[in-house]
Amino acid sequence: MKLTLNDRLFEVPDGLTVLEAAKRCGVYIPSLCYHHKTGPAGKCRACLVEVEGMRGLQTSCTVQVREGMKVVSNTPRVLAAQRLVIDLLLSSGHHDCLSCEQNGDCELQQAAYYLGIERPTFRIDEEFKLDSSSEFITKDSGKCISCGRCVAGCNKTVVNEVLGFGFRSGSTEIIADDDLPMGSSSCVQCGECVQLCPTGALSDKKAHGQGRYWDLEKVDTTCPYCGVGCQTTLHVDRAKNRIVRVTGREVSPNQGMLCVKGRYAYEFPSHEDRLKYPMIRRNGQHVRVSWDEALDYTADRIRTIVAKHGPDTFSAFGSGRITNENNYAIQKFTRVVVGTNNVDHCART
Amino acid sequence: MTNAIEELQYAKVLFVIGSNTTEAHPVISYYMKRAVKNGSTLIVNDPRKTDLTRWATLHVQHKVGTDIAYINGLIHEIFKNGWAREEFLLNCTENPDQIRESVKDYPVETASEICGVPVETMKQVARILGEAESASVCYTLGITEHICGTDNVKTLANLQMVLGNIGKFAAGLNPLRGQNNVQGACDMGALPNVYHNYQPVDNPAVSEKMAKAWGVESLPQKPGYKMPTMLRKALDGGTRILYCVGDNTIQTEPHMAHTIKEIEALEFFIVCDIFPNITTPYADVIFPDTAWGEEDGTFSNTERRVQRVRRALTPPGEARSHWWVMQELGKRLGKDLGFHSANAVWEDMRKTATSYAGITWERIENIGLQWPCPTLEHPGTGFLHREGKFTRGKGLFSPTKWIPQAEPPDSEYPIVLSTGRRLWHYHSGTQTRNSNGFDNIFGEELLEISPEDAEKLGIRTGDTVKAISRRGSIVLKAWVTDRSAPGVAWCAFHFSEACANVLTIDRFDSVTETAEYKACAIRIEKVSDGELLGVGIRRQARP
Repeated sequence: MKLTLNDRLFEVPDGLTVLEAAKRCGVYIPSLCYHHKTGPAGKCRACLVEVEGMRGLQTSCTVQVREGMKVVSNTPRVLAAQRLVIDLLLSSGHHDCLSCEQNGDCELQQAAYYLGIERPTFRIDEEFKLDSSSEFITKDSGKCISCGRCVAGCNKTVVNEVLGFGFRSGSTEIIADDDLPMGSSSCVQCGECVQLCPTGALSDKKAHGQGRYWDLEKVDTTCPYCGVGCQTTLHVDRAKNRIVRVTGREVSPNQGMLCVKGRYAYEFPSHEDRLKYPMIRRNGQHVRVSWDEALDYTADRIRTIVAKHGPDTFSAFGSGRITNENNYAIQKFTRVVVGTNNVDHCART
Repeated sequence: MTNAIEELQYAKVLFVIGSNTTEAHPVISYYMKRAVKNGSTLIVNDPRKTDLTRWATLHVQHKVGTDIAYINGLIHEIFKNGWAREEFLLNCTENPDQIRESVKDYPVETASEICGVPVETMKQVARILGEAESASVCYTLGITEHICGTDNVKTLANLQMVLGNIGKFAAGLNPLRGQNNVQGACDMGALPNVYHNYQPVDNPAVSEKMAKAWGVESLPQKPGYKMPTMLRKALDGGTRILYCVGDNTIQTEPHMAHTIKEIEALEFFIVCDIFPNITTPYADVIFPDTAWGEEDGTFSNTERRVQRVRRALTPPGEARSHWWVMQELGKRLGKDLGFHSANAVWEDMRKTATSYAGITWERIENIGLQWPCPTLEHPGTGFLHREGKFTRGKGLFSPTKWIPQAEPPDSEYPIVLSTGRRLWHYHSGTQTRNSNGFDNIFGEELLEISPEDAEKLGIRTGDTVKAISRRGSIVLKAWVTDRSAPGVAWCAFHFSEACANVLTIDRFDSVTETAEYKACAIRIEKVSDGELLGVGIRRQARP
């Protein structure tokens, strides 16, 4: 389909909204309530554009691209409208970027930056609620713009059906169950709401103060818990050699969704109790030895016992927890070096 | 899984049995619940009222260990009403008359007496399945962890073949595997009877091929022992060396006191792990392994998707990857295994594995591929047995007969104990309990008891109780909840302080040697009054 966007001609696939098409074409239009997983909401009005032949400004997240459509997102009229929307959102909250966890990865901040808003124009005094009752998720109504992505995510994406809109109009806020503190609600802390939140209103509590978004190295990997194999991104503090946050990747099989373990049980590799050195039991005590000594001793014992009693007195457990490569290595060692098929793993348990 | 995970959200009917999906596979449960929101029918079949039942169209609460009777009853009803897919039976299966005949022993009335599901409910379930365009069956360890686990699986396969629900999008037979790489460990040949890619060790042609590929004169063709046999043979000198990698054996095998005896009888016990646990004190040698996040490699998930894991952290101290340990030990025992990097190990494997031949680390840099993937151009395989073409040719029915659990309840041990996993912890707890916050949410094991049994025993939530089986006893707090059916108690094996496996029975399925973790007999005694736990009754997965 042919689409003219800001006087440039693009070819885009059928069935896209103007906002989705602009994203594909690399043209930035501020947007907050839209997320590809929760779909168009048409709520925040940040994505206003002019469409030739349509009256008034249109929300680009709700208008489908038609053949030959002409769209403009950068005229003074459009930018002024977008600016007012973002300005009001900034004015009505408590958006202190300096201390906010989301700084550097915030869609509201990005919109303000794009539109050149340095300080909010208006002053609206409101009281805000900070809910830190949940073990892993902080809910800060001062940073909430009521875009509804968390509500849509909780109800339609992961279908945990905990979050909803409470109260009316200016008092609207995101609530858990019947306005229970998150920590005592039926929330299972999967963190999908945090992943979808465009601002810092819902944040990963354990990551607070642990490092700026841009300072943390991002490493893509697979979750180490159940067999779903969720794709995750680790946010790593290299200097401290620690994972400080985990987010879901928007690819198969999990499409960004995770569970409480995959998103929040990530500190164990850095735990001080880790086994760090090879050890041999001597006089009933485990004593630290070098790798060479441990390997020589082990090889020697295997050689002696197998020579005396045969290879089938050797058995090895691989593991459903370790990599394919390590499991393959164990079966090859057992079969080739020891000469037995006694290799198995915890698939039976 | 014969289907891909994401297909489940499009299933017309989801038949979930023996799977506490919301706690054990939360992300799969999201797709199931989405299917419900899109108008699908969800039938949850479980003796426990798991959280998934909140979203279920129908919760069928059959008795622990009666799956074969229940499902055979459904198959009988499906045949009786002409809902069987005769064309599929004729074209794609080998012995349809055998199954038709064998389920005649299970009219719903008979089945109902065994499984405790009302006749009308069974008829309703059979009708839903029979009239549905297609249905997807998902199961987990509630099916396999019984002395009749193999027959349980075969019965489910029979059901799906009778309904023609194999080889279709969003319809198939889907075991949800419990560990990140238990699929991969099987695929890689960490099994006593097959090499990687399920090539049988007792096939002389395969054995010869592998000997050539691995540069040895010959390989042993006698299949090895399965895990429980390896352990059992420690007691008579049949197993003298146990090389144990990433397995907290004492906490995770059934009948802990017996497992300890077996481990103690070993002549030489090597443990390779990331944390000290209740198994490591018995080791003669301990090798410190790299943990997740510290090494490069791949995992294969439950839908056969091979995905990358990457090194993000420097391992502590002198912890090393296990392939390196194997290479070094091999060298000392006179064999260079050729392992110079994790990728080199992968490439060595790939040369002799047709299903994996098309999967290189480069191809899965961004998104994983599902095997079978035989060539570098192959896109991978979403669902198996397309158009009812089974790997072996035609589908083979294996008629099954119900048998009672190994240790039925009696007057001395009147309660059936079933075990499993909780949302907040994982296996022996070495990962979740060494991560911050999880013990604050769920810090000690609780024995889930039905309100009916609790009343009889004078137990309230929070009271300290003793659970006693013929093999041992544990002391823990009670959680009185209708998650448990009357006569059934439940607890997990995450906490070494009060571990279900002190109680569980070491009786095994004769084919797979999977233990009957899901059913043993216990009695419960109250130890002392406690304070009421928890803040709300509506919370999921905790009091």
